[in-house]
Amino acid sequence: MSELKLEAKDGIDQETINSVKSLGESYKYGFTTDIDMEYAPKGLSEEIVKLISKKNDEPDWMLNWRLEAYKRWVKMDEPNWPMLNYKGIDYDDQYYYAKPKSLEKKPKSLDEVEPALLETYAKLGIPLKEQEFLAGVISPENNKDTKPKKVAVDAVFDSVSVGTTFKDELEKLGIIFCSISEAIKLYPDLVKKYIGTVVPRSDNYFATLNSAVFSDGSFVYIPEGVKCPMELSTYFRINAENTGQFERTLIIADKKSYVSYLEGCTAPMRDTHQLHAAVVELVALDEASIKYSTVQNWYPGDENGKGGIYNFVTKRADCRGANSKVMWTQIETGSAVTWKYPSCILRGDNSQGEFYSVAIANNYQQADTGTKMIHLGKGTRSRIVSKGISAGKAQNTYRGLVNIHPKAANSRNFTQCDSLLIGNKCGAHTVPYIENKNNSSRTEHEATTSKIDDDQLFYCLQRGINEEDAVALIINGFCKEVLQALPMEFALEAQKLVAISLEGSVG
Amino acid sequence: MFEIKDLHVNISEVEKKIINGINLKINPGEVHAIMGPNGSGKSTLSYTLSGKEGYEIEKGDIELDGESILDDEPDERAAKGIFLAFQYPIEIPGVGNLSFIRTALNSQRKFNGKDELNPAEFLKILREKADYLNVDMEMLKRPLNVGFSGGEKKRNEILQMALLEPRFCILDETDSGLDVDAMKQVSKGVNSLRSEDRSFLIITHYQRLLDYIKPDFVHIMAKGKIIKTGGPELALEVEDQGYTHLLN
Repeated sequence: MSELKLEAKDGIDQETINSVKSLGESYKYGFTTDIDMEYAPKGLSEEIVKLISKKNDEPDWMLNWRLEAYKRWVKMDEPNWPMLNYKGIDYDDQYYYAKPKSLEKKPKSLDEVEPALLETYAKLGIPLKEQEFLAGVISPENNKDTKPKKVAVDAVFDSVSVGTTFKDELEKLGIIFCSISEAIKLYPDLVKKYIGTVVPRSDNYFATLNSAVFSDGSFVYIPEGVKCPMELSTYFRINAENTGQFERTLIIADKKSYVSYLEGCTAPMRDTHQLHAAVVELVALDEASIKYSTVQNWYPGDENGKGGIYNFVTKRADCRGANSKVMWTQIETGSAVTWKYPSCILRGDNSQGEFYSVAIANNYQQADTGTKMIHLGKGTRSRIVSKGISAGKAQNTYRGLVNIHPKAANSRNFTQCDSLLIGNKCGAHTVPYIENKNNSSRTEHEATTSKIDDDQLFYCLQRGINEEDAVALIINGFCKEVLQALPMEFALEAQKLVAISLEGSVG
Repeated sequence: MFEIKDLHVNISEVEKKIINGINLKINPGEVHAIMGPNGSGKSTLSYTLSGKEGYEIEKGDIELDGESILDDEPDERAAKGIFLAFQYPIEIPGVGNLSFIRTALNSQRKFNGKDELNPAEFLKILREKADYLNVDMEMLKRPLNVGFSGGEKKRNEILQMALLEPRFCILDETDSGLDVDAMKQVSKGVNSLRSEDRSFLIITHYQRLLDYIKPDFVHIMAKGKIIKTGGPELALEVEDQGYTHLLN
């Protein structure tokens, strides 16, 4: 293990720092929806776990699964190894279940959904009507340049799923796309077979917590040989105050199938911190391919570090089949604290894992993120491209593990970690762990740290490009490789989001 | 008309006075060359004129058509028609050359109240100019100046100049690092841009470049001042006898 700590030197002019300052000021999704909510009592206990299970009308096996997780969790300690400095979370002072009252009975169609909820999603630019539409986490006015495309959406509001679009069209192909609470009831065999097989209940503190109290999330099953004809997406919205969101996503791509899945998240601006602890499990069987893209834009807190989401997420893919492939792409712009390592277990021979990440931390944001590539099968390949951008007083850490087991002959890894610093009060850290136990396998690691320098800025200015546009241009250039890994329509949105996150007034 | 009036400049970082009272009047259509030994303040002059941060004007003025541009930001000066061809063009990874030039052109058009060019319109104009300057499309698709040879970088500067159509062009040691063929090519580009309403300030160490780009005036700069002004023959004199006899 080696650690690199670098800080920017003086030199960048004050105006750049000013123009780059507040993420909080320009957070466009900070509104709250005033709606009648039903809460479970505050705090966490066996009773609460039972209540959540009952609310979801779950079978006994599911309840028992949760209870076992809960029993384990109470004996566990919050991890203290990340490079994160935050006030401890009071697990007894928050709600674990919050549901709009109008969703007491799940609406059969969108016409039955409460208008305030529909308005919320309209305001966020998320299409809940089955139109040809672009999903994104950026408001719809930005969408006019792009060609509309079908995107199926599962919308999760606080603890429950509001609705899922294009279900019927997908069903014709045998594709299952629904909330996980529905899947537990309708497809118990599939859920039982796969849940917890990628991220076990005992995996880590936050995953175990999630296993006990997850309330909803998305479920996807792509049958053998089917190429999913549209992007699937889940849009997570935290609205209620003092409420944690614990969603669980399970995606199974059967043999020779393909799916591209998008995930977006936002939350209102609040003074208090809120916890988000999700689990995502992906299973790729023989020759299956999953592309999972995230645009994480939770409320980051204000420019003084007040409020913001604590984002502790466990995401893992199991490339179980030979020649299977999983590609994670993440644009992490939000949250006060991010702790997240989307990983691949490359179990099948010749399976492939890829991780493309842009993590932006501004003001007092802290990000400790990266990936794990576990090479078990022969001829497995992985590629990691991580771009960390720090501004303000933020701390940004890349933490990654590449592990090649003795049996993983002829495997390859390539890792590239680049950090960009804006201003001189932020920090970038790179913590790569590389373990190669097979002589025929190779790993490569490249890391750079740079800052936007005055010469680059002046060159742009001298050509007539104003300072804000120049910063956006340079940053997007820095992230280009990752932005290109996103589905095309989404990449344009993400590019704009990157600019907005760092510039206050651009966009 | 471009006019420099009794200009005195300090470099803030080192608190050192570099320019000690320069007066220069450049009429539309004129080509002026500034020659001088190392450390005479030539590059400082080009950065000061284009508005780079860190060059503090102690005294004097810079005027474009009778109006001071001292309060204008570098991007505003650029949009008003001041172009600097850099001695060392800057590399910006991940930013396509083509999209950079288009962004620059459209930013300037926007500033001047003109419609932005759509990609098709832009490409048409770009192709014409690129052909003439022997810049191939492959070079336009690469990231800005990244991995460009010395000659490619300078040709790319002249291409930007051709597209942005400035009124006042500063060439800062454009000949440095160029072989004879590359210098001819760059000069051909510059000559094609000479016109009645465009003027040039060419900063160079050597007379060689002035064989290809014929100046109307040659100024010798030393210790932050213009110490002698003449016609093209002054450049030949420097080539022949060096700077020393002029300095004494």
